[in-house]
Order: sequence, then structure tokens, then C-alpha cells
Amino acid sequence: MPIDLPTVWAGIIAFAVLAYVVLDGFDLGIGILFPFFPERTNRDLMTNSIAPVWDGNETWLVLGGGGLLAVFPVVYATVLPALYMPIIAMLLGLVFRGVAFEFRWRTARGSIYWDVGFWLGSTIAAFTQGLALGALVQGITIVDNAYAGGWWDWLTPFSIICGLAVTVGYALLGATWLNLKMTGELQERSRRLALWTGVGTMALIGVVSLWSPFIDEIYFERWFQWPTAFFSAFVPTLLAACGFALWHGLTHDKHLQPFLAALGLFVLSFIGLGISFYPYIVPGALTIAEAAAPESSLMFLLVGASVLIPIILAYTGYAYWVFRGKIDPEEGYH
Amino acid sequence: MDFGQSAELLARIQFAFTVSFHFIFPAFSIGTASYLAVLNALWLWKRDPAYLKLFEYWKTIFAVTFGMGVVSGIVMSYQFGTNWSVFSERAGAVIGPLMGYEVLTAFFLEAGFLGIALFGRKRVGDTLHMVAVTVVAIGTLISATWILSVNSWMHTPQGFAIDANGNFVPEDWWAIVFNPSFPYRLVHTVLAAFLTTAFAVGAVGAWHLLKDRSNRQARIMFSMAMWMAAVVTPLQILAGDQHGLNTLEHQPAKIAAMEGHYESHPEGAPLILFGVPNETEQRMDYAVEIPKLGSLILKHDPNAPMDGLDAFPEDARPPVTIPFFAFRIMVGIGFLMLGVGLWSLWARWRKSLYTSTWLHRAALVMGPSGFVAVLAGWFTTEVGRQPFTVYGLMRTSESLSPVDAPAVGASLVAFVVVYFLVFGAGVFYLFRLFRRPPVLDEDHELDKGPHRSAGINPGPAQEDSIREGAQNAD
Ligand code: HDD
Ligand code: HEM
Ligand code: HEM
Repeated sequence: MPIDLPTVWAGIIAFAVLAYVVLDGFDLGIGILFPFFPERTNRDLMTNSIAPVWDGNETWLVLGGGGLLAVFPVVYATVLPALYMPIIAMLLGLVFRGVAFEFRWRTARGSIYWDVGFWLGSTIAAFTQGLALGALVQGITIVDNAYAGGWWDWLTPFSIICGLAVTVGYALLGATWLNLKMTGELQERSRRLALWTGVGTMALIGVVSLWSPFIDEIYFERWFQWPTAFFSAFVPTLLAACGFALWHGLTHDKHLQPFLAALGLFVLSFIGLGISFYPYIVPGALTIAEAAAPESSLMFLLVGASVLIPIILAYTGYAYWVFRGKIDPEEGYH
Repeated sequence: MDFGQSAELLARIQFAFTVSFHFIFPAFSIGTASYLAVLNALWLWKRDPAYLKLFEYWKTIFAVTFGMGVVSGIVMSYQFGTNWSVFSERAGAVIGPLMGYEVLTAFFLEAGFLGIALFGRKRVGDTLHMVAVTVVAIGTLISATWILSVNSWMHTPQGFAIDANGNFVPEDWWAIVFNPSFPYRLVHTVLAAFLTTAFAVGAVGAWHLLKDRSNRQARIMFSMAMWMAAVVTPLQILAGDQHGLNTLEHQPAKIAAMEGHYESHPEGAPLILFGVPNETEQRMDYAVEIPKLGSLILKHDPNAPMDGLDAFPEDARPPVTIPFFAFRIMVGIGFLMLGVGLWSLWARWRKSLYTSTWLHRAALVMGPSGFVAVLAGWFTTEVGRQPFTVYGLMRTSESLSPVDAPAVGASLVAFVVVYFLVFGAGVFYLFRLFRRPPVLDEDHELDKGPHRSAGINPGPAQEDSIREGAQNAD
């Protein structure tokens, strides 16, 4: 059986995007939660817990974008102009977020500004990613392989709800990460925040899932018609299980379980999206097969990707392992 | 917010602005990463605390630069889609996989080992730490290799076919990656990054020597930088010359623009040292020129004919003003660098390397010269490629996204404001870091090392003094 290269690649890109969402999600979440931790020492601990890994986490975003350009150029060339403003806002948000790690150490008086930048940048990046997702779910006007809509099309009540959902969801990831890495009062506070953002995330996932089938007939058919309804019934059940695991972990002083449960929520929502989208890559406009680059491009990059991605996962895992364990508040401060 | 300009012009300005800002950081971080690897190796080999001190000193500077390089680079990887979507669609199948390899082989590598290189010495031990530092340095070089292959393909495209929709379809990957201008551009740009770093390090060393000649760490960095200047500058000039010959073969119109030749010279072209290009009349005003030398340099024959811009159709001629002046700035700086390099050799021989105040002053002034030369070089290359994005095949005007001028204008303003604010602050902090004397004292590195390195504290050791210093300085 010949391998279906476009579908393999759609899977790899989806994996990169998912890896980005869960990994940078908790980085951005920590930024989103900054206002709840006004103390300088707490903020130092929070940024230190992600300083060694944030760059690697963000690189998955570059792989998602660069990968699209390589294997689905039409998607890259239509979706980015369609989402022009949210993408530019996201990039500028990431600029503020990324420099804050170093800059906040380089000045005493100015560091509060970089803290604000870290919070705003993270929040804007999270919110615009949600906006972009919402706009994509709603559909993008494509005529002759070019974007043909207006430049405010991405702004709708639905996309705003998606923006909120992603922001609150990232905050949940951040809070459960802090619950994992911190001790004492800081951990206590993160746990409470995780409960609140957990409730918020579940509620917003619910709103988005109930709303999307009414946006486009395709989604409706996907979710409520045999045989796909069989799979789609699983997702809500598993979501409920994750929700329970999250609640149980937070109320029973578990450290790792809430974080894993929050990751589970994201993975399941993502699978739900996949079920809705397939076989489209831009819903209603471009299918995976239509959008794929010529076979020689797909093959050329696949050879490398299939060797390199496992290696990347191995050394990324190693880097996390090196910095494992609780952050010791005494360590590194004198 | 369209400022009365077309979306195309605004998009070009936006791309030029963001990529120029981006490249300033890699130009420095590529060199610094290798420098750190050398310093760390010297520390492990000689166990001389001076090298550890220097490593820690430049490590902080590297971390700040690298952070700015990353965030400005992420912007670049999305700008192709937001601003040049037609180009992305048509050329994506060729350039995309190369950029994909850059992510897979370089960006992940740099990012994965950066944390260990910066904060992990005590956690992983000396050997693995050395591995991490080396891997980061290699990662920056791999990254340069791929992205320069992409860029060179746009200058000298080959190895592809064009399908019915006008899209570029890859046929021979070897030919695409190793396109004719790639080896020259790679060598020239990597040497440029090393020189940029050498002159920046040299200036910092010189500054501290001017304050205190006996500072051993300042002596070491100054000496290392001057060796680089003396050895690498001649190589760079040679590489630049070869690069020019390659360009003459593949992009003769660009050479005509760089040389300021509006007219063809069938009996040997002069070398125009200076002049004022007059784009409307298509002639060089106030030209100061040496007869026949242009042909002698480029064709090794004083009487060889040379095409001017008049040999090319009007709609395929690049603008002259920017390539002409930018090229002279780059070459001028190249020879100044050579001068400093030779001067340092002479001072070394006279045993006055650490005492010659004038040499230190000169090195200080030359501190930013690498950055200027690098940008001048890119402006020469890129403007000289106009009016094409893929040379001879796809025009810049056809590459543009279907976005409206006000949207591009508004985002351009946002980029300008944010970049000057954020990177302006970053450069200010870098200068503050350069100002710290690289001194050893009991209260320093070696004693604090275990605490600090065991933590994952991004503000290495100096953070307290910087914060105090900041209070004094603010
Ligand atoms: C000659 C070298 C060179 C050139 C011409 C470019 N870059 Fe660059 N880039 C690097 C050398 C580099 C680097 C040394 O590898 C950086 C600098 C700091 C860093 O983190 O890696 C980097 C970072 C960097 C990143 C962040 C990587 C990360 O997440 O770690 C991206 C996405 C890009 N670049 C993309 C681009 C694009 C799209 C360019 C073309 C327009 C470009 N770069 C030109
Ligand atoms: C990093 C150093 C670089 C600098 C400083 C630089 C500079 C510039 C400048 C000044 C322009 C505008 C020319 C004009 O419009 O007159 C330009 C255009 C362009 N460059 Fe580069 N460039 C660099 C690297 C690259 C690389 C590595 C690529 C490809 C991967 C690239 C792709 C482009 C494209 C697509 C344009 C199109 C826009 C245009 O032609 O105006 N550049 N660049
Ligand atoms: C004095 C001797 C030098 C000569 C003869 C020279 C020659 C050239 C030429 C001909 C180009 C244009 C290549 C093209 O046609 O696309 C170029 C580009 C460039 N130059 Fe130089 N150069 C010199 C010195 C330098 C120095 C000292 C630096 C930096 C420290 C530098 C950095 C660059 C860069 C970054 C580019 C753009 C990338 C590329 O196309 O390679 N050059 N140089």
C-alpha cells in the first residue's frame, strides 16, 4: 500500500501544533497568571521554572508554521493573510513575552514594566491564538487559492469565545504547572487558581463544542451522524473523566496528576477538532489532498522529519529531566 | 494608515525593517556562541579562572542577544505568509522544506541545549555542559547554512520546474540546496558574523583596558579579538572578492548597480570610487574614477568589456543608489578592519598590545563596525536583486499578499514602535553589561558558582550587582 503522504504530513503538523499548545500553553499560562502573584520573589520563581525550556516550547510554533509553508503552501498563503491582524498581534505579544525572561533581571526599577509586558504579551498571544482557531473553524473565504475575504472577518462572537477559552485554558495549564513545581504558599495559591480556571475551561469547552455544530453543516453531520458520532461520543466522556481527575488531584494534594489532567483536556479538545476538520485542512475550503505540495517536497522533508523528530523528543525530554523537581526557593538567590 | 503608499512598498519596508533588526542579533549570537565554546574549552583545559570568568561574562550577554534573536526570528517565519503570500504559495514547495530542515536540525537543537548551557553546569557536570555549549554553537551555524541556502536559491534559482499554475516544483534537491551563489554567501556571511563578534568583543576589551591596563580578563579578550581581526579579515576580503565574481556570472545587473555603471564599457570599465547616482537621468554625476580598474578587478583584464545597466531591459534594472553606497560602506569597513588587524599584529610584535592607547581607542570606535558592514552587505545583495524575489522569474510586485495598504501600514507602525521600544531597551541593557569590569574577586563566580549554577537562575551571578547598579544608573 503506498503511503498517503499528505495525510501523514497533516498528522505531523497536527502533532507540532498540539505540542506547541500544551508546551507553550503552560509558559503563556504563567504569564497570564502574573497579576495573581504580585510579589517579586514569587515572580522570580515562576519565570525561573520555565526559563530553561520556553525557547524549545516555542520552537514547535515555528515547526507548525514552517511545516505548513513546506508541505501545505496554499494553506500558509491563505490562512496567514486571512488572519493578518491576530497573527501580527500574536507575534508582537510573543516578542514581549520572550524578552521578559532576560530583561526583568537586567534592571531594578524597570523590571516591573517587563513584568507587565510579560503578562500582556502572554495574554495577547493566548487570546489571538484562540481567535485564530475560532476564525478557522468558522471558515475562510478562498477563491482561486487566494484569500478573498475582508480583513475583519476573523472577528466574531464565536472567535472571541474561542479566544477566551484558550486564554483560560492556558491559565489552567500554567496553574497546574506551578502546582507541580512549587511548594508552600505559592503552590497553595496556584491550586486555588487551578480550580477556578479548571471550572472556566470546562465551561468554555462546553460552550464552544455546543456552538460549533451550528456554524457549519459539516460539523453537525460529523458529530451527530453514524459512524463518526460513535467517535465523537467518546470525546465528551473522556473530557468528563479528565475534569474529574483534575478536581480530584487538586483536592487531594496530588502534584503531577492535575497537570496531566489539564494536558488531557487539551489533547481531547484537539482530537475533537481533528474529527470535525477531517478531511479538510481549511474547513469547507481546502482538503488535505488538494492543499499538499508536490510529492518531492513531502518526501524530501519526511525523510528528515521521521529521523529527527524522535531525536528532538529525546533530547527535549532530557532537558526537562535535567531541570526536574521542585524549584527550591533558597537555591539561586543570595 | 497607508501614508499614501502602495501596499507593496509598505510590505517591502516592513520586511526590510524586521529582517534587518533580526539579522543584527544572529550576526552577534553566531559569533558569541562559538566564542563561548572556545572559552569554556580553555577553562576546562587550563583550569585558569580567568577563562571561567570570561565565559560567565559573555554568557549573560549572549543570553540577552539570543533572546532577541529568537523573538525577532519567529516574526520572520510568519512574515512570508502575512506579507508575501503569493510568493509563499508559488515558491513554498522549494524553500519551505529547507526552512523545515532549519527548524528540525538547528532551532530545536539550539533551544534544547540552551537551557543546559546557560543554567545547567552544576546539574549535568563539566563534560555534558561542554557538550551543550558546543551544540548550541553548532546549532547557530546549521541555522545559518539552511537559511542562506534558501536566500541564495532566491538569488540563483535552479533545480526546479514550473507547473501549469506557475508554481515552482522541486526536481533536484541537491541542485536547489547547493545553488551557485550558496557557498559564497555562506562563507561570506559566517565570516561576517565572526568578525562582527570579534570587533564587539575587541571594543569591550579595549574599553576596559583604557580604564585599567592590568585587568587580565580584559587583556585576554582583547588579544583573542585582535587575533580574529588579523586572521579573519583578509579571508573575508578574499571571500567577498570571490563572491563578487560569482555574482558577475549570475546577476550581472546587480554588479552594474553596485559598481554604478549605467553605461556599458566595451573597452574596459573604470572603477568608480565615488559619485552620485542620478536615477532619473540614468547616469553617474560627479564620478571619481580610475580607468580600466573595474574590468581588471572583475575580469582580470583591463580591456575586458563590461555591461552597464543599459544592457538590461528597463523593467529588469535594480535601483543603483542603495547598492552603490551600501557596497562602498561595506568594503570601506572591510579595509578599516584589515587596518586594525595589521596594527594589532604590529603592536603585538612591539609588545605594546596592552599599552597602546591609540590602538585601544581605534578598536573601541570599530566596535559597531561589523553590524554596519553586515547590514550594508545585505542591503547591497537584496536591493541589487530587485525587481525580483526569485531572480529573473518572479517579480516582487507579483509576490505580494492580497492585503490592503492600511493594514500593512498599521502593522508596520506597530513593528517600528515595538521594535524600537523592546530592542532599544535590550541594546541599552547590553551596553550596561559591557560596562561591567570583567574582574575576579573573592565574592565572585568561583565562590558563588555552586549555588547559582545549581539553581536555574537566568540572572547569572551579576544580577544582584546589576540590580543595584541599575538603581544607581537609573
Ligand atoms: C546567517 C544567519 C541567519 C539568517 C540570514 C537568518 N537567521 Fe533567523 N536565526 C539565526 C540565524 C539566521 C540564528 C543564529 O540561528 C538565530 C538567532 C538567535 C537564535 O535564537 O537563533 C535565529 C533565530 C530565528 C528564529 C527563532 C528560532 C527559535 O525559536 O529558536 C526563527 C523562526 C528564524 N530565525 C527565522 C528566520 C527567517 C525566516 C529568516 C529569513 C528571512 C532568518 N531567520 C534569517
Ligand atoms: C538576514 C539578513 C537579511 C537582510 C538584512 C535582508 C534585507 C532585505 C532588504 C533590505 C530587502 C528589501 C529590498 C527592497 O525591497 O528593495 C529584502 C527583501 C527580501 N528578502 Fe532579504 N534580507 C536578509 C535575508 C533574507 C533571507 C535569509 C531571505 C530568505 C529566506 C530573504 C528574503 C527576502 C524576501 C522574500 C524579500 C522580498 C521583499 C522585497 O523584495 O522587497 N532575505 N531583504
Ligand atoms: C572588503 C572586502 C569585501 C568585499 C569585496 C565584499 C564583497 C561582497 C559582495 C560582492 C557582496 C554581494 C554579494 C551578492 O552579489 O549577492 C557582499 C555581500 C555581503 N557582505 Fe561583503 N564584502 C567585503 C567585506 C565585508 C565585511 C567586512 C562584512 C561584514 C563584517 C561583509 C558582510 C557582507 C554580508 C552580510 C553580505 C550579504 C550576504 C551575502 O550576499 O553574502 N562584507 N559582499
